[in-house]
Amino acid sequence: MIIHHPILGPRDAQEFVYLGDASLMDRPDGMTAGIEEFHEYLYQRGNPAGEHRELWYHEQGDRSWLVVTRNTVTHEITKVELARDVARAKGRSK
Amino acid sequence: MRYSGFRVIAEALTGHKGWKPVWRDPEPQSEYDYIIVGGGGHGLATAYYLAKEFGQARIAVLEKGYLGGGNVGRNTTIIRSNYLLDGNEPFYEFSLKLWEGLEQDFNYNAMVSQRGIMNLIHTDAQRDAFTRRGNAMIMHGAGARLLNRDEVRAMYPWLNFDDARFPIKGALAQPRGGTVRHDAVAWGYARGADMRGVDLIQNCEVTGMRIENGRIKGVETNRGFIGAKKVGVAVAGSSSKVMAHAGMRLPIESHVLQAFVSEGLKPLIDGVITFGAGHFYVSQSDKGGLVFGGDIDGYNSYAQRGNLPVIEDVAEGGMALMPAIGRVRLLRTWGGIMDMSMDGSPIIDRTHVEGLYFNGGWCYGGFKATPASGWCFAHLMAKDAPHPTATAYRFDRFLKGRMIDEKGQGAQPNLH
Amino acid sequence: MTQSHRISGGQVDRTKTVRFTFDGIPYQGHPGDTLASALLANGVRLMGRSFKYHRPRGPISSGSEEPNALVELRTGGRQEPNTRATVVELFEGLDARSQNRWPSLRFDAMGINDRFSTFFAAGFYYKTFMWPKSFWEKIYEPIIRRAAGLGSVTRQEDPDEYDKGFLHCDLLVIGAGPAGLMAALTAGRAGKRVILADEDFRLGGRLNAETHAVGQASGADWAVAAVAELAAMPNVRLMTRTTVMGAFDHGIYGAVERVSDHLPVPAKGKPRQVLWRIYAGKAILAGGATERPIAFENNDRPGVMLAGALRAYANRWGVKAGERVAVFTNNDDGLRTATDLMARGVDVVAVIDSREGGELIPGVRHLRGAEVIDSSGKLGLKTITVRQSNGKTEDIRVDALGVSGGWNPNVNVHSHHRSRPVYDAGIAAFVPGEDGPPGLSVTGAAAGVLSTHGALRTGRDAAMAALGLTGAAPDLPEAEDAPVRVSPLWFVHHGKGRAWIDQQNDVTVKDVKLAHKENFTSVEHLKRYTTLGMATDQGKTGNVLGLAVMAELTGRSIPETGTTIYRPPYTPVAMGTLAGRSRGKEFKPFRLTPSHHWAKEQGAVFVEVGNWLRTQWVPKAGETEWRQSVDREVLATRKSVGICDVTTLGKIDIQGTDAGEFLNRVYANTFSTLAVGKCRYGLMLREDGIVFDDGTTARMGENEYVMTTTTANAVTVFRHLEFCRQVLWPEMDVQLISTTEAWAQFSVAGPNARKLLEKVVDQDISDASFPYMGAANITVCGGLRARLFRISFSGELAYEIAVPTRYGDALLREMLARGAEFDPIVYGTEALGVMRIEKGHVAGGELNGQSTALNMGLGKMVSKKKDSIGMVLSQREGMVQEDGYRLVGVKPVDPKAALTAGSHFLEKGAAAVAANDGGWLTSKVYSPHLGCDIALGYLKGGDKKIGQRMRIVNLLAGLDTEVEIISPHMFDPEGERLRG
Repeated sequence: MIIHHPILGPRDAQEFVYLGDASLMDRPDGMTAGIEEFHEYLYQRGNPAGEHRELWYHEQGDRSWLVVTRNTVTHEITKVELARDVARAKGRSK
Repeated sequence: MRYSGFRVIAEALTGHKGWKPVWRDPEPQSEYDYIIVGGGGHGLATAYYLAKEFGQARIAVLEKGYLGGGNVGRNTTIIRSNYLLDGNEPFYEFSLKLWEGLEQDFNYNAMVSQRGIMNLIHTDAQRDAFTRRGNAMIMHGAGARLLNRDEVRAMYPWLNFDDARFPIKGALAQPRGGTVRHDAVAWGYARGADMRGVDLIQNCEVTGMRIENGRIKGVETNRGFIGAKKVGVAVAGSSSKVMAHAGMRLPIESHVLQAFVSEGLKPLIDGVITFGAGHFYVSQSDKGGLVFGGDIDGYNSYAQRGNLPVIEDVAEGGMALMPAIGRVRLLRTWGGIMDMSMDGSPIIDRTHVEGLYFNGGWCYGGFKATPASGWCFAHLMAKDAPHPTATAYRFDRFLKGRMIDEKGQGAQPNLH
Repeated sequence: MTQSHRISGGQVDRTKTVRFTFDGIPYQGHPGDTLASALLANGVRLMGRSFKYHRPRGPISSGSEEPNALVELRTGGRQEPNTRATVVELFEGLDARSQNRWPSLRFDAMGINDRFSTFFAAGFYYKTFMWPKSFWEKIYEPIIRRAAGLGSVTRQEDPDEYDKGFLHCDLLVIGAGPAGLMAALTAGRAGKRVILADEDFRLGGRLNAETHAVGQASGADWAVAAVAELAAMPNVRLMTRTTVMGAFDHGIYGAVERVSDHLPVPAKGKPRQVLWRIYAGKAILAGGATERPIAFENNDRPGVMLAGALRAYANRWGVKAGERVAVFTNNDDGLRTATDLMARGVDVVAVIDSREGGELIPGVRHLRGAEVIDSSGKLGLKTITVRQSNGKTEDIRVDALGVSGGWNPNVNVHSHHRSRPVYDAGIAAFVPGEDGPPGLSVTGAAAGVLSTHGALRTGRDAAMAALGLTGAAPDLPEAEDAPVRVSPLWFVHHGKGRAWIDQQNDVTVKDVKLAHKENFTSVEHLKRYTTLGMATDQGKTGNVLGLAVMAELTGRSIPETGTTIYRPPYTPVAMGTLAGRSRGKEFKPFRLTPSHHWAKEQGAVFVEVGNWLRTQWVPKAGETEWRQSVDREVLATRKSVGICDVTTLGKIDIQGTDAGEFLNRVYANTFSTLAVGKCRYGLMLREDGIVFDDGTTARMGENEYVMTTTTANAVTVFRHLEFCRQVLWPEMDVQLISTTEAWAQFSVAGPNARKLLEKVVDQDISDASFPYMGAANITVCGGLRARLFRISFSGELAYEIAVPTRYGDALLREMLARGAEFDPIVYGTEALGVMRIEKGHVAGGELNGQSTALNMGLGKMVSKKKDSIGMVLSQREGMVQEDGYRLVGVKPVDPKAALTAGSHFLEKGAAAVAANDGGWLTSKVYSPHLGCDIALGYLKGGDKKIGQRMRIVNLLAGLDTEVEIISPHMFDPEGERLRG
């Protein structure tokens, strides 16, 4: 597979490490959330057959974490974003 | 029809005129007591044991494609019970015992062959971990042997002993491990179930579930609604898709695992060997092909196909371990969809919907589990109580912190 | 030897002779021959035996689809089983042998199977061999396994090298027949970067096997000219002997280039084969088509071939496959074989055309509405039996028969993304369907366009379309454009004998009938039950035939019956090629520590730790047992001072105004209170509350920290921290960089550690100015920047000192030289392990990814006053059990008794069954201080069992040892030494 890195352009997916569903970005606050919320966050998955937003890490590159939108049936990639940008867009910016 | 050597000879001499269909192709009835969704190994075994061991009737298996077309039809055929943890080992040992009597039980030669499995050791830390595991296996009655380097070398002198990056220091062996002719498992269970009146319905895809007041009423299919008192889902690879019909999210991701077979060769490898310093395991089929595999590709996928890096990675492991196979040719690759669970262990459990049961999360270990999975799922569905060897396979183990994590990788499915 | 069957013409170089042997018999051929063409030229038809019945077999094809003519090539480590004689390029001294026969190819004892074939119908083995139960594994299966398989491998290492490479192009063209050449010309002339790959050693595809003109020249000459034009283009890369083996995601193709297979041995420095990963903007599949046979009784004899192959041998290689030849066809293309052979003077005795009507070929006995119903000839074809349209049967003496059942487009690569081919009744074959690999278009015969003109036209048009070329399309040369006239005939209905579909695996029409009878009617069941298409040719000639037979039996149409898809690789690929250079010692790279060269000079023993090689111990003269060295290293360290290279520990620099708070969140214990110039032990959890890693982190400045990780987790911890930083808390001002390889780091431990360090460190490091857990940026040896941490893994007064990696070797030598008065020793990982276990520090065996802080006796470290990764889920009920595993120390009651890591705990008198399993020993060493083996272990409720006696058993070795459960802190529990 080829991932079009927003900064570095097309790179072989072999340079990256896969983590999983991009919902892993949405970690609850440990001071307010309890076990059930963390359980839902860490263990439960949508696991769609189709469009999937997922986290990849450019380990053999610039160490960016990316949010890749990829179809799990065709493997087509339609969008690649810096995870930091996505996270900040959710309001997690200074 | 009972199969036997005598029958084979008699039919041969009379032009094979007397053979009967191995299963019927019935039209679905309007209602069953039990519907098993998924006509793979686990679903067929469940139906078989429901009928045979638990005395149940009015059972149907619904299969969206052809019988045995799931992972039972695309795997590397290994059976073993060399697990470490208490939550797993009794179950896999139960399964291995069922394998040992399976063919006589269902009157079909699935070529269960206990030629042994060995996990190679390359570091002291690995030896320690395998010693722990081997002792656990023995305590569970599964049997195990720790081999030293010379003993391994005596068995397979042509492995890489002299020029290895990670030298072989020994192996943990389970002599009762081995291989089975995978398709025959599906067919044997299908035939046995059909003979006991189970309706095996192919090309029947479940498209929805009818749930009323928290209770399952039946399933919607491409061949219409089929009512059921109890529904069991055994559709590994598609678990999330099917259980979404009941509004469930699962602790499971679907991943592709590639497997490989070489051209046919005269006998080279008797048992099953797993490389401990790379992603590679291998056995040789009765036809002569080397059957081997390695790691999953590592990304969510329903595509039933993988990519080059893993093919190369597996070949590298193979060559590192067996420098003599350089000119052996890879004949075919294939990819199956694995239910990768959050701790690497399966789930056989009830759901929040009364009468709806789930069997999945087998990662890439489902084939060897087939008999026990079927038996335990049948037990759960018939008695509404888990089988004693499968009590740990609950959905809520993640909520309760009782994970069964053989590899110690945590909640990351692609590492299990 | 004379080449009895060599005729005029062809593209072999008759000016040169190539000598080779087959089964020890010497023969001659010419450059340009394949092994099969050369053997046929010498009148050799029998080249192999089938898998199940050991029937005599000759080649049916002239290409890579060959199921029959499989041989073993070369000898020793280069022995190559199952090699298709039809694609082996002849070279001087080639040594080939037949396989799967005993004692000889002509007389094969296993041929007895054929006599009893009725007992070996499809799937017979599923129905028998079950009684008595033990006989399957003891008797039947060993016999089956011994008989199975095709060729054999020697158990010697393959001496040849393999390589890998990466290529990029605008357009990859797969196949260099008329369609592929025209596509490449179109793209190449437009200046695009083109790769043209073909499996053959001569480009041109079917043009080399046909007599049609293309333009003013013969097809073969046009191909030569086209290749010459392409070769002159700098933007075009021609890859002969290169098979595109698979289509993967996003325009990535795998290709195998056989660099040296046409040579006796690879040239010096050259690989045997190369695996190319081709990144193609667009790709065109121009892979041609494969002819299929018609099944009739005994259609598997040597001499029965595909008609197009018969023609290819004559036209391309100047070889007649027989003295008296017949052709059996259901389509016009088969007739070409007759006319071409006649034109070359071959005696064509009959053309058996299953179709009624149509034009008669002049000059030959052309039987229409006729079928071949049987053949005879034990080791090769002697006669065929023909049933004429009037029902009369007649035996015709022939020694070669060309059969054509029509042509199947090579959709193979197009279906690698699981696209299902669709049936085209017009050509009675499957053509590529929807949803093939994105960016891949199909042209020419592979797309079902079977004329030469059609191939040239679609090749050109596909290149224009794929690359979005505008402007005038290149002119096409004149070429034949005959329509496909085929009348489907899959198998001849006659008699009770066997008609082969899959010749290698011996699958016959009867087997398909049996599968049908037993309701294995889905295509997948048919394949799996009969083994149709599972042979080394993957059903290239047989699959569609088998499918069609099943369709006829079930009364369904072919599309209703289904289709099978192909999976990579297109043709089988050598394992060595896929592995490339990653084998032997080069399987994984070596990572060497800064002290490696010094240690090697001392004769140190090294151990693999991941990809690192670490010093395990450093033997001194006179030491014969490893324990002598390790005990000495431990004792010397605890007595005076020892140095250990700990560079392999992960090192991460963490900086930023939020760095302290960041550490607070990634470590379970508190870090915000750490003062500048101090270190703290940190315990890191995964989000699931299991211990992930541990190490020390030092605060080097207001906003500067240095973290260390375990060797094993250096990469994963860094990845995790980047995840936390970028994904979870992007609002934090934190920067990270891995400095594992930037700093050489040594542990200096022992009562004289400070005194030794004072010899190299420029600053005051007295206990007062540099107390326990101190950390500072310092200089050594008069100004070299360095870092110093007063931390201890050994329990001694100890430091870790780091210098830029390139000074690591020098620093070690300086410390040893300047501190010589203290008799410093260098200790390895074994002594390191002894000392850490004596102190009860957790490491690999305890940090197993399954254990909690509570298990390790570190439960209090998990602060609930702040949010940190893993804090919440570490509190789940299953992880906070009172009677859960706890880390304990263990020593044998009898000091001479040996312990083994991995042994399990049992109470005294308890049976060794799982219900009594109390836990296990995680790590074990011999402690020279305590004078016995000691171990760490996880014991259920272990914290309450200190002082008790239990047993540990190792059932693998039959050991059962009484032990005392003790505190894990087995040496200097008060920690007096490390504060000294």
